[in-house]
Amino acid sequence: MTVYLFLILGFFAIMSALMVVFAKNPIHSILYLVLTFFAIAGEYVLLNAQFLAIVNIIVYAGAIMVLFLFVVMLLNLNKETEPHKSMLRKLIAVVAAGLLMVVLVGSLKGADAMSIKPTGQNTGYIENLGNVLFKDFLLPFEVSAILFLAAMVGAVMLGKKDIK
Amino acid sequence: MSLSLFILYKAILVVIVFLVSLVIAMYSTYAERKVAAFMQDRIGPNRAGPFGLLQPVADGVKMFMKEEIIPQVSNKFLFILGPSVAMFTCCITGAVIPWSTSLHIGGHDFALQVTDINIGILYIMAVTSIGVYGIMIGGWASNNKYSLLGALRASSQMISYEVAMGLAIIALVMSTGTLSLKAIAAAQTGWHWNIFYQPVGFLIFIICAFAETNRTPFDLPESDSELIGGYHTEYSSMKLGFYLFAEYINMFISSAIMSTLYFGGYNMPFIGRLGLSPNTMAILGLVFLFAKIFFFIFFFMWVRWTIPRFRFDQLMNLGWKILIPLSIINVAVTGGVVLFFHK
Amino acid sequence: MQTLTTRSKVASNKKMTLVEKLYLPAIIGGMRITLNHFFKKKVTISYPEKTREFAPVFRGQHVLKRDENGAERCTACGLCAVACPAEAITMTAAERKPGEEALYREEKYASVYEINMLRCIFCGLCEEACPKEAIFLTDRMVDTDYVRKNFIYGKDKLVDPIDKPIDVSKRETTETKEFKTHPEFAHNKLYTKSLK
Repeated sequence: MTVYLFLILGFFAIMSALMVVFAKNPIHSILYLVLTFFAIAGEYVLLNAQFLAIVNIIVYAGAIMVLFLFVVMLLNLNKETEPHKSMLRKLIAVVAAGLLMVVLVGSLKGADAMSIKPTGQNTGYIENLGNVLFKDFLLPFEVSAILFLAAMVGAVMLGKKDIK
Repeated sequence: MSLSLFILYKAILVVIVFLVSLVIAMYSTYAERKVAAFMQDRIGPNRAGPFGLLQPVADGVKMFMKEEIIPQVSNKFLFILGPSVAMFTCCITGAVIPWSTSLHIGGHDFALQVTDINIGILYIMAVTSIGVYGIMIGGWASNNKYSLLGALRASSQMISYEVAMGLAIIALVMSTGTLSLKAIAAAQTGWHWNIFYQPVGFLIFIICAFAETNRTPFDLPESDSELIGGYHTEYSSMKLGFYLFAEYINMFISSAIMSTLYFGGYNMPFIGRLGLSPNTMAILGLVFLFAKIFFFIFFFMWVRWTIPRFRFDQLMNLGWKILIPLSIINVAVTGGVVLFFHK
Repeated sequence: MQTLTTRSKVASNKKMTLVEKLYLPAIIGGMRITLNHFFKKKVTISYPEKTREFAPVFRGQHVLKRDENGAERCTACGLCAVACPAEAITMTAAERKPGEEALYREEKYASVYEINMLRCIFCGLCEEACPKEAIFLTDRMVDTDYVRKNFIYGKDKLVDPIDKPIDVSKRETTETKEFKTHPEFAHNKLYTKSLK
């Protein structure tokens, strides 16, 4: 049962991720990306990581993708306004993307060596997650919080009209 | 409990919750018109059936009979997807609300809650954040500038107020120590309603609830005087009905959430002393919860017919410059209180 | 300068106090007002079941009254048509034949009397002009119709039905009665007296 669900969700995730790239209309791309996030959230639920699934939906599907949608709607991109790309550019893009894929595959292969500790059923539950985040990984957690704060301050600075 | 019985009971519960939210949304449209009329010294709809009670049915039939118009240039699939998403998201929120304690029938324990996930509040936040898509997709697919403006207003408003709402909930979660709605409701026995511990949080939450449901004074996405109909300008027939209906279901659900989070849910002070059987208590709890929900629905309408619409810059100022700092202060104060007094 | 109303307020740009800035007291005040209205008596009149009473001075569809014996009072003098600012009234006069005394009070009567209800502005000047107290405006509404020609009311619709005379006592206020005693109307009186 779980395996089938995993396969179905994985199929959905990969298909919609492909559609993100292949869709002509940028709005469609974004909606497919939202679908991808939903499929991934489903996978999280299968892993018993409900908190992660929900947060994935809240943050990515609910906030970030809405902002994407916002921007694309305001830009009013469509097929006509899409610039025509030369063959050379496409070739460069393919090479770059291929290299990125090689790097990703390589790093994942390396990660394979680290055996994943079999943990209890409730690993993904919020209590355990909170304990881990605020005890074992407190410093990285807080540092990432500061990183976000810096990004926010930067955005405010960019948004301000007159900086003295 | 056997698996088939479990599935049957859950299926029945799901259907009941779904039907109840639809019927309440239906009669909210009637109540809205009645409340509006009464506050304006009028009588309101009183022609269809006794006291106009069949008015929602008549409205529904009218909606179904209307001509279906899909703009030629719009994206047909997205145009249909918009109201569907709006309706879908508002209908699935009811799944995590604990309507009452459980009923004991034939040696089995039937909890009156569709599912008790341990992150119930976050689920609600997630679903409300998805709700924006219905409006945005519909507004964009209409290929109409008023619709697009309405959609943009809706999404920016909902994103802005979600932040303050989330922070208000964080303060609440800090004082209750759980994310499960069932546990939050169960903890509020007697006079331990969260409103007494989180008054500021409740104020922020209710303001954000108004903004999230696009109700006056925050109904800028559909402000008729500026945007004709906002995001549903191009919609007709039942697709328009879905949008309007979704707003009322949202109102019902957010009333239920407010009652559950801050007003004790199905609890009522002193009722525990009567020594009633658990089943009677469960049914009484259901009645109390619905009484609270109806009060909040009335409150929504009361505010709608009292307060004029905000200007958009005022809305953004209120959201970002007042509510968010206030809710952060609330979180900090709650954290301090929890740290020093509860341990 | 003298204020036009007692409720006018001088607009000022004064800074709001903190409590005013919170807006909550103002909102609560507003909500109290709406709640009060919620419980107030409703002013609506459910129309088809209940009809609102007309004002005593209401001027609706005309009636051509008959006298006590059931004879038409109108003598086709044309004063109403002259007085009519909308030129809605037309009439054709005819001479009373012997034997028609029970039908027409005077020797001359209106064989055709038409009021165009689309032109009529219901000002009531015809009623004032009438020396014979023949035409009155009543508290009846002019019925709606789809065709213009049906709005030209002839004698069939205007003349008082014999079996159920239309009550015009409301139109005969003390002022009108007093007005009709003026010397200009003396001939009418005299004539009525001489008949008796």
